[in-house]
Amino acid sequence: MELKRKDILSLSDLDREEIDLILQTADSFKEVSTREIKKVPALRGKTVINLFFEPSTRTRTSFELAGKRLSADVINISSTGSSTVKGESLLDTARNIEAMHSDFIIVRHASSGVPQFLAKSLQSAVINAGDGAHAHPSQGLLDLLTIKEAKGTLEGLKVVIVGDILHGRVAHSDIHGLLKYGADIHLVAPPTLIPIGIELWGVTVHYHLDEALHDADVVILLRLQLERQNTAYFPTLREYAKLYGLDRRRLSLAKEDALVMHPGPINRGVEVTSEVADGLSSVILKQVSNGIAVRMALLFLLSGGKND
Amino acid sequence: MTEHAASILIKGGRIIDPAQGRDEIGDLLVENGVILEIASSIPLPNAACLEIDAVGKIVSPGLIDLHCHVREPGFEYKETVASATAAAAAGGFTTICCMPNTNPVNDNQSVTEFILEKTASEGKVRILPIGAITKGQKGKELAEMGELVSAGCVAVSDDGLPVMNSQVMRQAMSYAKIFDIPVIDHCEDLNLTNNGVIFEGEVSTRLGLKGIPASSETVMVARDIALAELTGARVHLAHISTASSVHLIREAKRRGITVTAETCPHYFTLTDEAVGCYSANAKMKPPLAQELDQAEVRAGLADGTIDLIATDHAPHAADEKEQALDCSPFGIIGLETALPLSLALVEKGILSLPEVIQKLTSEPARILGKKIGHLGIGGIADITIIDPEAEWLVKEQDFKSLSKNSPFIGWTLKGRATAVIVGGKLIKN
Repeated sequence: MELKRKDILSLSDLDREEIDLILQTADSFKEVSTREIKKVPALRGKTVINLFFEPSTRTRTSFELAGKRLSADVINISSTGSSTVKGESLLDTARNIEAMHSDFIIVRHASSGVPQFLAKSLQSAVINAGDGAHAHPSQGLLDLLTIKEAKGTLEGLKVVIVGDILHGRVAHSDIHGLLKYGADIHLVAPPTLIPIGIELWGVTVHYHLDEALHDADVVILLRLQLERQNTAYFPTLREYAKLYGLDRRRLSLAKEDALVMHPGPINRGVEVTSEVADGLSSVILKQVSNGIAVRMALLFLLSGGKND
Repeated sequence: MTEHAASILIKGGRIIDPAQGRDEIGDLLVENGVILEIASSIPLPNAACLEIDAVGKIVSPGLIDLHCHVREPGFEYKETVASATAAAAAGGFTTICCMPNTNPVNDNQSVTEFILEKTASEGKVRILPIGAITKGQKGKELAEMGELVSAGCVAVSDDGLPVMNSQVMRQAMSYAKIFDIPVIDHCEDLNLTNNGVIFEGEVSTRLGLKGIPASSETVMVARDIALAELTGARVHLAHISTASSVHLIREAKRRGITVTAETCPHYFTLTDEAVGCYSANAKMKPPLAQELDQAEVRAGLADGTIDLIATDHAPHAADEKEQALDCSPFGIIGLETALPLSLALVEKGILSLPEVIQKLTSEPARILGKKIGHLGIGGIADITIIDPEAEWLVKEQDFKSLSKNSPFIGWTLKGRATAVIVGGKLIKN
């Protein structure tokens, strides 16, 4: 039981059998986090480096805990500031880390393609923890796990993804993952936040949230990355919340048992009202718990999947 | 570097001179730097004369590149006058025009003179400098165009830092009429580019890269056509890459507006799919566009909307290219691959062989207003001999250019310059 690949860079690279294997393995790891001693020895003696060129709390912590619960040694390296590392090239940084005999490099970077670039040049397994507007495969997988857990299946569900699709690496990974299971995917955003050509992937694009929500099984809200938006994509947050915010009335348009998801952190009152975010439909915190299990599965399966 | 035979006899080649409509098998005699005679058979005039067997080869006017980056002064780690002209000679070019984005910028006679002096001492082929339109390429105040022209500049352009202020551009075009030089514009609306990395489309979406919309080029093509109409200046549009630009230029020419245009081999050879998995050697400005754009660029070449082929040779060092794609600089080298990529248009049925030669010789010469790019008797003996059948593998280590940033590494190309003669002298590679 292993993944026959060195790296996890994007869900578009993985076939359905590989995703099934990851989700099954993650499911079996969920139990570890509920033990009194939350640890198994699977990655004892392995070194995991969290190499984060962009600020992150949730994803970094999740990978850190995943490594630690598998008994790996985990080191966090954060390089703050711009996307370019001043003074030292990206490749030099990575080579230096590898010279310390790392087994896994978990990388987040503001530039799309950096994990691919590192994976090509390094021996270590590289896991993409989010690159630019490209992909965030572990988030996509944890979303799949969360949906499967609640709905029992991923097949044929109507999934509505709302918000900043343009900068949305989470949306990209969700779409690639869900499409492999034949989900009916609807994207909702102002046209300024819809990337050109995305309808060629086999998704339906809407500008109006109400029309998309009808009969939805899952509603995934995306975080507005306010810090990244240097151009006016919409007039004000107020107007955005009016047009695209999920409130109770809108949620009632979806199926009664529809799930509400959000990769976090939430801008309360913008993407979603507190009432909905904290309501019965919300599985936002389950996503966080499942994140650790999925990341444990990735580390475990990439290391050969041998439990000694 | 050069062989100083007083005369050279080129025997038995297919002599193609689009400027004079010549296309025939024959001999060509060069003496004292000029073309002395073309005839079906010329006997060797004397024992000292160098004889070149050109049977099965094409004897063409020396190729002219209207658009390249030599990088000296300022960026000698990317390219120098010596290495760029060596690359040019290897690629069949006898004249190259260098853009002004050096450091310091070529916006004054000292820089122009430096480039020309370097060329005289170290160059293998001719360099004709292009001066900046504005001081420091800042898009604000006009550079001293009169001084640049008298120092040897043949055109003006702010190239990669295009003049965004339309009023400044209008004045530049008007003023350039004093000297009857072309104003070359790199058509890009920087606001629409908005830090884009590759062409905006499904590929940019798939790769999560910021897209550059086709309209970034088209908007400025439309502006420049309007300003050419307003001023009557000679306006030359650089590296045209999109279908909508070709449509606009075709229409402008039909209306008699004094606008000319070039494209580059990568735009009629590749599409944005060449970016593949974040390949930095497929990143340039304007970006590689889509199939319909490529088809229209080819159609524009075929019907004369696009007058000529230039390289936009843009060397960058490996460590600059080897980083996150959005940080990697724009541009690829092209001097050593332009000829075979252009000749491939003949096999594709887009241009005839004389038309390809025309777009690499007499057309750039016409736009420059220079008496080069032809094989007229008594004219300067700048000649390129081409083996159209030679197949060769593009290898990184074989480039004469100091930089190796080519998307064509690993390609097998057909057609190659086998000899280059500049001012009657055979250039040795």
